[in-house]
Amino acid sequence: MVTLYCCFHLFLGDDVIKFTNQPIDPDILRRELFDPTAGAYIGFEGWIRNENEGYSVEKLEYEVYEPLAISEGEKVITEAVERFAILHTHCVHRTGMLEIGECAVWIGVSSEHRDEAFNACRYIIDQVKVRLPIWKKEYYTNGNSDWVNCERCTEHAHTFASLPL
Amino acid sequence: MKKSITVRYFAIFREYAGLDEEVVTLEAETASDVFQQLKDRHGLSEPLGHCKAAINDEMADWNSIINDGDIILLFPPVSGG
Repeated sequence: MVTLYCCFHLFLGDDVIKFTNQPIDPDILRRELFDPTAGAYIGFEGWIRNENEGYSVEKLEYEVYEPLAISEGEKVITEAVERFAILHTHCVHRTGMLEIGECAVWIGVSSEHRDEAFNACRYIIDQVKVRLPIWKKEYYTNGNSDWVNCERCTEHAHTFASLPL
Repeated sequence: MKKSITVRYFAIFREYAGLDEEVVTLEAETASDVFQQLKDRHGLSEPLGHCKAAINDEMADWNSIINDGDIILLFPPVSGG
């Protein structure tokens, strides 16, 4: 475990997870994961959509407590590195107000073969959703707004995390 | 024994409490005790099991012991991604 963690930081630096109030550009981010030994790259983009549970959504605001979101995010990524044989991974999450269609979160993973990248990417997004101190507030087209309570995400992450590897 | 602690509220908890942060003096042993007492004071309606706490910028179990002078962060259900 210690060896893996040290190697991981040697390759990737300390900004494996970061938060930004600027638009996310996956085309630029994916280049950072290039490795001549990688045969697979998986990228996940979470987009802002215009509907949630029957309500028409106009825009969405993310609040993040960065000190703990970063430390908990680093734990999630370290776990993914330990569980899956991947080469590199990065996660970027937006803060502030986002419009429909914007990228809210991007996760990229490179690995020698595709299974590891698929599994690690799925693990990271599921854990990010249930463990990091991030909250989203939806603003609806009818003028109302509400904080999202994502209990379905919690159930889903527990299901996936318990699957045999 | 009464303890003086700083409590910080986030997202919907901040809206319920109407403030970001406050110093409170409570008869509390654990993070759970703090939550239960402030839940009544501010109407924090989310169940404890869906919320999280941090003590002095470390994620903490609800059974974690609270000490005088601690900074407690109360997190409502998270919804990143």
